[in-house]
Amino acid sequence: MLEADNLECVRGDRRLFAGLGFRLGAGELLYLQGKNGSGKTSLLRMLIGLLPPEAGEIRWKGATIKSDEFRADLCYLGHLNAIKEELTPLENLLAAAHLADEVLSEDEAMDALEQVGLAGREDLACKYLSQGQKRRVALARLVKEKRPLWILDEPFVALDVAAVNWLSGIISGHLQRGGLAVMTTHQLVDIPAGTVRELRLS
Amino acid sequence: MKDRFNLYRFASPAVFYPLAGAMTPYFVAVSIVFGIAGLWLGMLVAPTDFQQGEGYRIIFIHVPASWMSMFIYLVMAFWAAIGLAFNTRLSGMMAQALAPTGALMAFLSLLTGALWGKPMWGAWWVWDARLTSELILLFLYIGYMALTAAIDDPRRSDKAGGLLLLVGVVNIPIIYFSVKWWNTLHQGSSINLAKSSMATTMLWGMLLMAMCFWMYSIAIALMRVRTIILERERHSDWVKTLLLAGDPK
Amino acid sequence: MLKIITAVISRDLKLAMRRQADIVSALFFFIIVVSLFPLGIGPEPDLLRKLAPGVLWVAALLATMLSLPRLFADDHRDGTLEQLALAPHPLGLVVTGKVIAHWLVSGLPLALIAPILGIQFDLSTEGLVAITLAILIGTPALSGIGAIGAALTLGLRGGGVLISLLVLPLYIPVLIFGAGAVDATVTGLGGEGHLSLLAALTFASLGFAPWAAAAALKIALE
Repeated sequence: MLEADNLECVRGDRRLFAGLGFRLGAGELLYLQGKNGSGKTSLLRMLIGLLPPEAGEIRWKGATIKSDEFRADLCYLGHLNAIKEELTPLENLLAAAHLADEVLSEDEAMDALEQVGLAGREDLACKYLSQGQKRRVALARLVKEKRPLWILDEPFVALDVAAVNWLSGIISGHLQRGGLAVMTTHQLVDIPAGTVRELRLS
Repeated sequence: MKDRFNLYRFASPAVFYPLAGAMTPYFVAVSIVFGIAGLWLGMLVAPTDFQQGEGYRIIFIHVPASWMSMFIYLVMAFWAAIGLAFNTRLSGMMAQALAPTGALMAFLSLLTGALWGKPMWGAWWVWDARLTSELILLFLYIGYMALTAAIDDPRRSDKAGGLLLLVGVVNIPIIYFSVKWWNTLHQGSSINLAKSSMATTMLWGMLLMAMCFWMYSIAIALMRVRTIILERERHSDWVKTLLLAGDPK
Repeated sequence: MLKIITAVISRDLKLAMRRQADIVSALFFFIIVVSLFPLGIGPEPDLLRKLAPGVLWVAALLATMLSLPRLFADDHRDGTLEQLALAPHPLGLVVTGKVIAHWLVSGLPLALIAPILGIQFDLSTEGLVAITLAILIGTPALSGIGAIGAALTLGLRGGGVLISLLVLPLYIPVLIFGAGAVDATVTGLGGEGHLSLLAALTFASLGFAPWAAAAALKIALE
């Protein structure tokens, strides 16, 4: 259960939002909507604990999010791919899992890469991949991701129709297993499973 | 009494701004009084040194400036620690307001040291342990000011600057002792204040001048913190009313 | 705890190995700077022997500075730094790993090449041993303290020059004891005292600096 109470965000001179709160339970998805500069990304960064809120509080399972336990439950996908150009897709997946203290076997990683359509490219350094392919390497992390809370910043951007459908399937599966997800998006994508809530920032 | 006296109230820039404005003239006045007394003692009353002649009188500037340059760095580190621990906005502003004065004191100490050194030892600069440490202190001030100036977001600027100050304050003793050791090892020339012949009047003169510099530093830091507050809070309602009233007091 | 440190080290080493040009150019910078001094001051062996420790150490400080801006900047640009900050262990451990990896690719090569450069300066055998040991023991402290500067200036314009302003004054003790160790050995006073102080500086900075750098990174990531 992810709870946010009375959050306030100030960036520079501007107050982006105040008094914002929500509750999100197992199997629920929260869509964050709003114009550019309305504070969507700031809110996400608060939820992952990188940006301390000006006021208010965020709790995960009733406890503060400033803890290793919270981060052990969290999977964050930012608008940057967080992959290393010099490493191959396979090495990237394994290194990311390693550094995040997750267990991921080579076979599982290969399977994930195959699902995102990168079979045969797993040994090519990422700098030789196209933008879309790099994004898929980043998304491949989600295939085997068992952590209960997913926070995704614009996951559907720059994906073709097939990839959008595939990703919404992955997110549905996560919700069906009782996971939670928070995401920002410009386009509304139909997520077949779970309860979908919306939060509009203005 | 309805309101309990609350120290935190003064941590709010809106409350501190007029308070600082009201206090500044007193510190200026006290500084001038101490300055006149100190200069009178130092320049007129204190006896001419039989070895160094009249030139030694520059220590009435040199020594207090050196003291202040070190003391101000400690005060800045103190504000930095408060700011990082309690997340008070004013602390970072105080540290940033003090930095130019601290750097000025360090520079003044080096300049007067050089002016003193030329007639006494025949060289503008000697690699004496204290002068070298003072030079490094000036570098630390410059590093702090360069870092805070390079960061546009004031909150990040305060926090990053504060962290640098704490790192610096931990390192200063290490730097000082290593420089001192280096100095004794290389048997460099060392400036010795003739302690035995230091007359009581000289000590009083230096103390009075130190008080003068101290009060000056407080006054100038208060003025500077007021400008910083105005600049940072320019979009807040209280600053707007203040500016509309035409007299930003 | 050790697991995460080794994971970071092995990742950073793998990245460095795929970008060997960076390591090599910092090393050649070191070699060139050191080789310029005899050209500037003349080839008298006595003078060179006297200057060698200081010249080698100042060049080592500058060569270390050269690679510092990239310590966190690459990870910051591609988003991996955020992921590292979100991993379920203290960020200070991650930074410890990065500092050790930085030393392995920037400090260690300097120590290995130092004796050869020392020969150019006509150092005695004891002097060569001392300069190698001193650079070997002292450079981890440079990587550690440098990490604080790199973290504080992350993402700022003119970050490279700014790092030098912040970090070089803090390097002074390492410079003094590092060059002093060689001096003391050559003059027959024995450099053990200097070397143990250098080791103390290294241990202290490896213990504290990563946590200060981690705090600075959190400020930069806000």
